This record gives sequence, structure tokens and C-alpha cells, in this order.
Amino acid sequence: MKTCLVVDDSKVIRKVARHILETLNFRVSEAGDGKEALDACLVSAPDVVLLDWNMPVMSGMDFLRALRVSAVTSRPKVVFCTTENGMAHIRAAIEAGADEYVMKPFDRETLESKLQIVGMA
Amino acid sequence: MISPQLRRPVDAVIPRSTGALQVFAALLEQRTGQLIAANRAWRIETALKPVLRERGLETMDQLAGEILAGVDPRVGDQVVDALLNQESSFFRDTAVLTMVGDIAQNLRLAMPTRNLRIWSAGCSMGQEPLSLAMLFAEQVEASGGRMPDIVATDVSGAAIARAKSGTFTQFEIQRGLPVRRMIRWFDNVGADWVAKPELIRRISFRRMDLVADPLPLGLFDIVLCRNVLMYLSPTLRRQVFDRLARATRPGGLLVLGAGETVIGQTDAFRPSQEHRGLYEATGD
Repeated sequence: MKTCLVVDDSKVIRKVARHILETLNFRVSEAGDGKEALDACLVSAPDVVLLDWNMPVMSGMDFLRALRVSAVTSRPKVVFCTTENGMAHIRAAIEAGADEYVMKPFDRETLESKLQIVGMA
Repeated sequence: MISPQLRRPVDAVIPRSTGALQVFAALLEQRTGQLIAANRAWRIETALKPVLRERGLETMDQLAGEILAGVDPRVGDQVVDALLNQESSFFRDTAVLTMVGDIAQNLRLAMPTRNLRIWSAGCSMGQEPLSLAMLFAEQVEASGGRMPDIVATDVSGAAIARAKSGTFTQFEIQRGLPVRRMIRWFDNVGADWVAKPELIRRISFRRMDLVADPLPLGLFDIVLCRNVLMYLSPTLRRQVFDRLARATRPGGLLVLGAGETVIGQTDAFRPSQEHRGLYEATGD
């Protein structure tokens, strides 16, 4: 079973994403900000990180940059999942090492499609 | 007054049932040859609700009445466009499209002096021909050669209009399209994503009824007709196979949807030995 870490400061979004991911046969864990997520990855890296952009303590972008230079030896796929839907943000995310990008609001089909693109569904 | 265009097929159905749903199903069959399976009849009302709203009507019977009255010919177009299943996505069945891309690449390099010709038959809102255009354009950028000609047709005028515009909602653009290709080939315009002109102009879009309209001119090397023939009766399906074969170069390839086959349905195509899952024109 593949694992996915859902990183979002909204409990509602985490709950919705968890529900969808579990129907796609993922084992799901959650983090409320980038720092929590980085700590979780250092203990046990997931296969995929579903990552919000704007969060307190550590943003999604800061998390991604830290992850890519961290001691996490596996390379989790990182899928941004954010309301930052402009071209400049998308380009910046890809340049920072994101594998895919989900523009909120999202539904099951969108999430499944993006996870298939990164080879995880 | 019943319009002359509708009189024969609708009359043929009405005596069997006066239900509005039968009127819509008969109209769809008359205009496109497509049947609505009994287990998909539930979809009719859902699909037609926007048409009801747009025309300020309250019930399906009122809508059926407008069709039968024949006063406004646009109502038939609206109903048919709404009933056609336009569900699609970019790079649908990625493995199949990748195979088509590889075949096209080999053919292009083997025949450097002529343009390969591809037909996307039943292209819906354009995701399939746009996916092919992206694949081919990237191949040409990487290895040179000539860009294939892509013809894309659909029976729905509304779908072809959307396809020509290259415009997709945020939900549509995220179905099957990798983000790198999205930002390479599309512009963000307001809430929508619009295919760049350099991509759209590589495709010749036109409205065409596969059953009745004249075939596109010339022969094609590869014809994609995925998830279209499944909606036709066996008799019409056989006719369309024959028409597709007439438009395919001898030895050219037909690509069907997952779960569709030519076996037991036509002699015009046979399973390809070389390309598993595809079919080649027999020339019979």
C-alpha cells in the first residue's frame, strides 16, 4: 500500500483529501504545516506528499526546498495542492522540484489523474 | 407543426410511447445514429437540465413539445449536443497514445518527404487531437522532420466550437495533462486555460457525422475512433467501420477505445500483428 502525507493547515481539506486518498488505496498521514511535515519525512518518508502552499510556521515552498536538501534519502513525489493557481506560482513550484500541481478546488478525478501522472495511482 | 426534418423518425417512435424521453432518444438516433442504452436512460434528464434552464422551461414534456412543434430548429441542436457524451481527458489511456506517438515517429522518419495524416474521429472538445499535437510537436522539436497533419471531427457542433477555441476549465485542464505540458502549451486566461495558437493551428477541426457526412478528403495513416462506435447499433457500426476503412491508407491503423474491437464486426480491419491492441485496414 502506497503512503501519502497530506500537508495542509485546513482540517477540512485534510479530511477531504484523506477520504479520497483512502478510496485510492493510500495509507494517509497528516501534517498541519511544513515544519511538521519535514519532521514526519525525516522519521519515515512517504511515497507522495500532497502539499498546500500557504501555511503558518513553514510554507509549502519552504518545506519543498528543505526537503530536497534534507537527509531524507528517498525522494517522495511532491504534488502541490493549492489555491495559488497562477502561472508564476506553478513555474516556481516546478523549478523548486515539485512533481505535479493540483489547483484547488479539486475533486477525486483530478487528484487521481495527477497521482497517475506521477506513477502513484 | 412538426418540422419535415423530424417528422419521419419521431413519428416512428411516438406511437410506441408518448414519453418525452423517447422523443429525445429518437432525436439523438436520427441526428447521430447513437442509441441510449436502457441502463443509461437516467442520464437524459441530468444532461438536459441546463437546456431546460436556458429555454425557461420547467418540465421534460415541455421540452419534448418544443422539439415536436419544430418552431425553433435550435432546440434540436441543443438537445443533441447535451445528450452526446463529451466526457474526455487529455492523454486518455496514456499507454495507447504513447504507442500512437511512437508509431507516428517511426513513420515520420521513414517517410520524410510527406506529411503523416492522422484523423481523430469523435474528438469531443479536443483533448485527443490536442494531446496528439503536443506529442508530435515535441517529437519534431527533438528530432526534426515534418509535423503530421491532424484532422479532428465530431458530430456535435457545440463540441467542435469548444475544441476550436482550445479553452478548458480548471477542472478539464487537470484531467490527464501533466503540469509541465500545461504551462508549455496553454495560457492562463482568467479562470480558464487556453491552448496556444501554435498548437491549435496544427489541427483542422470540423463538424462531421460519421454515419452520413462526406468523409474527409485523402487517406489517413492512423485513425483514432475511441469510445464512439459503442453507442451505435451493430448495423450502423458496421457501416461506419467500412467508412473508416475507406478513409484509411492500406495497412494504415485504426485505434479503438479500451474494450472496443473489430472482431466479429467487420472485415475491413483486422488486429495488427505488429501493434498489439490496434487494427490495420485490410483493403477488403
